[in-house]
Formats: sequence, C-alpha cells, structure tokens
Amino acid sequence: MLHNEEAKTRLRRTMMFVPGNSPKMINAADIYGADSLMFDIEDSIAVTEKDTARLLVAHALKTLKFNSETVVRINHPTQTPFGLDDLKVILPAKPNLIRMPKIEDISEIELVAKEIEKAEKEFGWPEGTINIIGAIESVKGLYNVREMCKHPRMVAIALGAEDFIANIKTNRTKTGIELYYCREQILMAARDAEIQALDTVYSDIKDMDGFRNEVTNSRDMGFDGKSCIHPKQITEVHKIYTPDDKQIAKALKVLDAFQASLTDNKGVLNVDGKMIDKPIVVRAQRVIDQAVAAGVDVEEKRA
Amino acid sequence: MKNAVGREIPEQIKGIGTVRLYEGEFSALPKQFGAARKIRYGKPATDKVLASIDEAIEKTGLKNGMTISFHHHLRNGDFLMKMVVERVAAKGIKDITIASSSLSPCHDFLVDYIKDGTVTALESSGLRGELGKYLIDNPDVLKKPVIIRSHGGRARAIEAGELHIDVAFMGAPMCDRRGNCTGRLGKSAFGSMGYAMVDAAFADQVVIITDTLSEEPVFPYSIPQSDVDYIVVVDAIGDPAGIASGAIRITKNPTQLVMAKYAAEVMDKTGYLKNGFSMQMGSGGASLAVGQYLREKMEARGIKGSFGVGGMTGVFVNMLKDGLFDAAYDAQTFDIPAIESMATNPRHLEMSASMYANPWNAGAIVNDLDVVFLSATEVDLDFNVNVITDSNGKCMGASGGHSDTAAGAKMSVIMCPVVRGRLPMIRDHVQNVVTPGESIDVIVTDRGIAVNPKRTDLLEKLQKTNLPIKTMKELQDMAYEFVGVPEEVKLSQDDKDIIAVIEYRDGSIIDVIRKPIYD
Amino acid sequence: MAKVLAKSATAGFEEKNDALVTVTPGQTGSGIVVNLKSSVQRQYGKHIVEVIKKTVTTAGFADVVLDVIDKGAWDYTMEARVEGALERGMK
Repeated sequence: MLHNEEAKTRLRRTMMFVPGNSPKMINAADIYGADSLMFDIEDSIAVTEKDTARLLVAHALKTLKFNSETVVRINHPTQTPFGLDDLKVILPAKPNLIRMPKIEDISEIELVAKEIEKAEKEFGWPEGTINIIGAIESVKGLYNVREMCKHPRMVAIALGAEDFIANIKTNRTKTGIELYYCREQILMAARDAEIQALDTVYSDIKDMDGFRNEVTNSRDMGFDGKSCIHPKQITEVHKIYTPDDKQIAKALKVLDAFQASLTDNKGVLNVDGKMIDKPIVVRAQRVIDQAVAAGVDVEEKRA
Repeated sequence: MKNAVGREIPEQIKGIGTVRLYEGEFSALPKQFGAARKIRYGKPATDKVLASIDEAIEKTGLKNGMTISFHHHLRNGDFLMKMVVERVAAKGIKDITIASSSLSPCHDFLVDYIKDGTVTALESSGLRGELGKYLIDNPDVLKKPVIIRSHGGRARAIEAGELHIDVAFMGAPMCDRRGNCTGRLGKSAFGSMGYAMVDAAFADQVVIITDTLSEEPVFPYSIPQSDVDYIVVVDAIGDPAGIASGAIRITKNPTQLVMAKYAAEVMDKTGYLKNGFSMQMGSGGASLAVGQYLREKMEARGIKGSFGVGGMTGVFVNMLKDGLFDAAYDAQTFDIPAIESMATNPRHLEMSASMYANPWNAGAIVNDLDVVFLSATEVDLDFNVNVITDSNGKCMGASGGHSDTAAGAKMSVIMCPVVRGRLPMIRDHVQNVVTPGESIDVIVTDRGIAVNPKRTDLLEKLQKTNLPIKTMKELQDMAYEFVGVPEEVKLSQDDKDIIAVIEYRDGSIIDVIRKPIYD
Repeated sequence: MAKVLAKSATAGFEEKNDALVTVTPGQTGSGIVVNLKSSVQRQYGKHIVEVIKKTVTTAGFADVVLDVIDKGAWDYTMEARVEGALERGMK
C-alpha cells in the first residue's frame, strides 16, 4: 500500500537549486530555510563529472541531516546514458523525492517508479518513502501531463521554462505570455490529479522586482511554489506565499462562524452580511494552514 | 596564575613590569592622576616646517631607547612608518619601541628593522602578515612581548602614563604652516584622526608629516597647532587605494547574510530597535548587512535612531544623510563616501579614541551604546571571543574596539559561523581571549543563536520567537557533527615563547599569545 | 579477493571544502599509501588519512597510492571523491 499523502500535501513554497558537484554549496544548503532542496546532478553537471556528482550527492544525503525536504534531479533515464546509474547510486541514499527532468511519457515515470519500488523493498522501507516530481520541458510532455500526473508516485509537477521555450521556438519575456498556456495546463493537470504544481526558475537574480511580480502572478494562478536559484529569492517567495494579517483575521472569522453554525443549526452561514458557502470555508482553512506553516502565530491575528 | 577567564598568566613576564591579572570587566579602577604633559616653549615667529624627516629626528632629539608612535588611519596604504623608521635606522639609532595604534601587512618591513636591532619592542592593536609570522617563529627576538591593546585601552594607557610617547609621528593629509591639521582633505584624505588626537595631546613631541602643506588656515582642525612641534612635507604619506576604498559593499555571501538577518531580528525582538536608539556597526561585510536589514525595518516602522558610532562607512553615513539618525560619532573613517560625509555633513562628528572607548575618563561613548554588532575569529562555550589569532595560532587580526564596545553596550552581538571551511568555530576554549564572555550577550551563527545564560531577560524574549535559539553546547555539537572534533594545536608552555601579552582595556592582562608547537 | 586498480585516475577539485584525489595502482602487497596535503593538517590530518584508508578498504581495494590535496573537505566529500577516483580507475 503506497503511503505518500504527506509527500503530496507538505509545504513546497520554495525548492532551492543546489549544484550537485559543489561540496561548498551542499554544506551550506540547509541554512536558507527553503522548504525543499533540489540537488542537481543533471544539467548543471558536465558530462565528464556525472559520476562524481552522483557519488557526492549520495554521500551527502547519507551523512548530513537536512531540515528541508531533499530532492535529487537525476538525468533522464531513457534519453541519456546516466539516469539509471544515477538511480542505482542515489536511491540507497534515500532522498525524499526523485526529480525527473523533461518527462514526456508515462512509461518514463513507470520506469523510475519501478526502480524506487525495488529499492524500497531491498532496504525494507515503507512503500511511498521516495516519490517523484516531474518537470514538463517540452510540448510532448505538456500533451501527456494529465496522464503522468496521475501516476501514484507523482506528488508534484513542475515547469522547466528554458527548455520548453526553446521547444516552442520563442523567447522569455517580462509578461510571460509565452508560458501562459503551459502554466495553466500544468496547473489544471496537477489539480485534477490532486498533486502540487511548482513554477519555473527565474534566472535574473538582480531583478527582484520582476521576480516578485512573477511569483505573485503564479501564486494568483494557483501554483504551490517556485524553484529558486538564490537564497534571497527564498525570502521573497515565502513573504508572497504568507497570508497577511488582514487575510488571516478574515479567515479566522469565517472559520469561527462555520464552527458555530455546526452547533446552532442555522443552515445558512453569514459573515459581515455576506453568505458563506463551502468553497469559502475551504479557502479560509487554506489561508490558516499557509499562515501556520509559515510560522505565523494565527491566534494573535484575531480581529 | 589564573586570571578571571581561566587563562594561565606567568607572574613575571620579561620586559613587562607588574603583571596585573584580568579580574572582571569593570574591576580595575584608576587610583592615581594620569600622565603629565610635557611643557614646551613656543617662541614668536618660529617656522615649524623642517626640510626632512632627518631634521625632525635631529630636532626632536630622538635617541636610543625611546618610544615613537604612529596612527593607523592610513591603514594598508601607509608609507609613513617606513619613511620614518628607515631614517631612524640610517642615523644608527637603536632600541626603539614602536607604539602604533595598529599594524597592517604594509608594515611587514619592520622585520628587517627588528633583525638589525633598530626596533626592540612593539605595542599595537593588531598583529598580522609576515610580521606576525616572524614573531611567532621567533618569540625571543624583541626585548619584551608585543603589547596588544584595544583602542580604548591604548588611549587609557597613554592618558594614565603607562605608555609614554617620546615622539609622535602623525601623518596628516592637510596641514597649515602652523601645524593645524585635518584628515578630511588632501590627496591622502582618510577622514577622522581619532587615534592621532590622543598621541598628539600626550606625546612629549609631535611631528606632523603631510603631503599637502596649506598656505591658508586649515579648519576645522583635528589636531591644533598648540600640540604640534614640527612639520615635515613629503610627496605622499600613503597610497589612496590602500587607505580607503570606494564604498565598502554589503556582503553578498549568503551565509553572512543569514547571520546578519538573524542579528537584525535579535535586535528587533529584544526591544532595542526603538526611537532614539544608538548602535555601532562594524566595518565588515556581515555587520554592514545588519545595517541594511535594520534600515528596512526602521523605514517600514518610522523608527529614528539617535546616534551611530564607529568605524564609519558609506552604509551608515547614508542612513545619517537620509535622516534615520541624528548624529554619527567617528573615530576612524573607512571609505570614500564616509570621508566625504565627514567633510560635508555637520552631524558627522569626529571624536578621539579616548572619547570613543577609554574606560578611564568621565564617560566614553561606548557606554552609551544600545547595541553593537561584532565578529570573531572563534568563540568558546563560555562566550569568550578571539579576534586576533586563528585556530592555528596564527596572528591575523586585531583587538580593535571589540572589547571596548562589548563592555559598554547594553547588548553585544557576535556574528560567527559554526564552521569555517572545515574548522569548528565553537571551541571548548578559544586560542586567545580578547573579549571575555561576561561582555558578550548573544552569539549569532548560521545554524542558531545562543544567548548568554546570565541574560535571562533576552532569553525570555527570544524564546517566544521563531528564531532558532540554542545553547553554545548545542551549536558546538552541530559543528562537530559536520566536521568532527579537531586535534588541538599545541602551544608552548615555556614563558620564553610568549610572543605577545593581550591587555584588557583596563591594562590588566587577559591572555598571552604563545608560540604554537608544530610537529 | 581484493580488487586491483586498473589505472591512475583523479576525482574532485582543488576548491574550498573539496579535495583533489589521485589514485595510482600500488605494487602488490604495498598496501594503502596516503600522501595528504591538507589545509587542516594539524587539526584533522590523522583523521582524514583514516577516512581515506577506510573508504579504500570498503571499496575492496588493497594496494593503492593516493595523493590527496585537501581544501577542507568534510568526511562525506572525501569519501565520495576517493570512491569516485577508484571507480574511474577501473573504467
């Protein structure tokens, strides 16, 4: 029985990218407070260093205790000669997630899921100890995203914009119109499969205004989080994903009224003259959950 | 004999008179009147301007066994000490004590003059570079160990008569014909003359060495003509590139930024960030980053500070300019924006090292500080701090204003990572104690924050927050988990191998620097 | 049966917190020989040599010469670099 509910619902506002062949960066990775750390042994690693990078990450995972969730981005298992060797070395080191780049077909997910299952059996770990996050980086992947998201091992789906934009033969713009469709599709597929959706990396670390803009937009669209390449991006994302005092106070009001309505049998719920129905209650709970997860003391935000 | 921080200090130290042991931050009280000033006689129509440094040496009557002093406002761009010592040696004068407010790598040339007997003793705030290395390898080469003093401690020693200066050679980038001089103007401008002011007031004779002799009166002046005996004009007193950089940048190092963020949060959550507060920011990257985070909070909440003290850099003077503080008190100016600020902003005030940090006067400004942010080369479980040697026993730092500000401020905050490279920074015992644990309230690391147990008030406030509050032992355990427990570097216990004595700001001996034994 | 290293190989980089490890096959019976130059020689020299030897033995090799330039690598990094070099020495 696959037990990975926690992996599907845990906070993933920020997934920070850590180059897998840099011991210096691996050593410091955990101090920035990212929700997840993605150790990369794929695109940031030269072809001649794939072997040492996977060894370094595996040893790091086995030895260091990380507060954040640990993710390893392996090389593609069928499009490159490195992916399967990555799994052989990385899985015994027990990362929380395997990140699969450039996913296009369900068979790729099934292949990795099988390797994970084998490892869990071999080491006596509960089924669902290690799960998968996939990245859509091509049109083909986008067209198959709904099916891939539904695989039981998939807990999150991400967008890899650089490759995707190259695939559709255009450029990155400030408005992001070139990514509008794929973002929406990825998000829909994630919600349909009840898994998380993570937005792509923003590479211009000097342009914090542009960054904040993009994160706010993707938050409003419904994305659960963002990939980060610099610690200062982490702080900004967390700020944007944390409800403000007003929102928290309002949410508490809604939840209190809902609780009261359960006992006094009024049938219709009313807060500040506005009718409250179930979706509003669900949204209010999400606001509180986000605030609590961000470390806010919600009780002191009551109006 | 063990002193109050548990350091073993010999009863007798060659060349040092009475050994007073460190007994506590505020335990040594002055019992006598201070140094008497040498009375000179100024005759009418005297031209103080001499033809050369040689003439200054002759006219001041500098001879064997005397003590000469320099300030370190020219930092690593100083040409002056070399110019003077070369001429002193050329005249065959020997057995000179150099009392400089600090020493930089550009002073490594002193090794040659120690070897030939020109220089036989050193008193400084810092010891670095090849000079530091040479002395570690040859502890016996000077007639007595180097005396390391804090900035406040040096001012105290001069004013109390413990450090007697025969001739002070003070570099000034602009000086008028009568001797009134300033650090604000000129091609080698360096801003405040804080350290020089004390020497000029108490040395038996004062020689100003300048590279711009002004025909017009210099004003405002940092050193008045009534303290100046002679003036020598040279081509350049220093290299501007080594004196002051362009605006010192706030660190981009993510680890430093994490600590700076924590430090700013600590100040905020302990209630010290409120209207009218005062602070000292160091000049290091992490300290400046704290300033930036505090600035954001001040602007968001409309908080205005009263004054800042330092060690002035562009970061702070910009806050002054933008109305976030009422005044800046400057004992040493670090970068070009700060030098310009001192020349143009009336709220940017120059002060002497004595006003800054001397524990034996009517009230140094360190006593008025709410918070100070400092760094460390290492810390230990008792919150003692080292800023002068590294884990290998190598001399690479300075006492500076560290122990002065830590003692005076209401809350002293140290920023230091748990590990640097592969070395744990949280020792059982630091290699050398410069600032005692009783002066340190909070140690901020990249992995957690420790509060001195005696500050139950701070602990109570901080434990209510989300900040990762840990004990020093927990932080040390974290460090050991990452890198393992190191083998201790052995230090020679032979008293002949003492390279330096570290004086606490009150003149008592808080520690000694011993030669490491390498096998 | 101990594995025999086929050829010389290196792994790692001479960078902060990393180590450059070069492995060379040793004469049969010469054992594991470690030449270490470390930036933390005094504090961890002995310990690092032990870590290296243990890693080599666990990997199944007996006669290897290792030349290591260490710039403060933590243990897990040293193990990974030694393993990586040995692996390359068998390709």
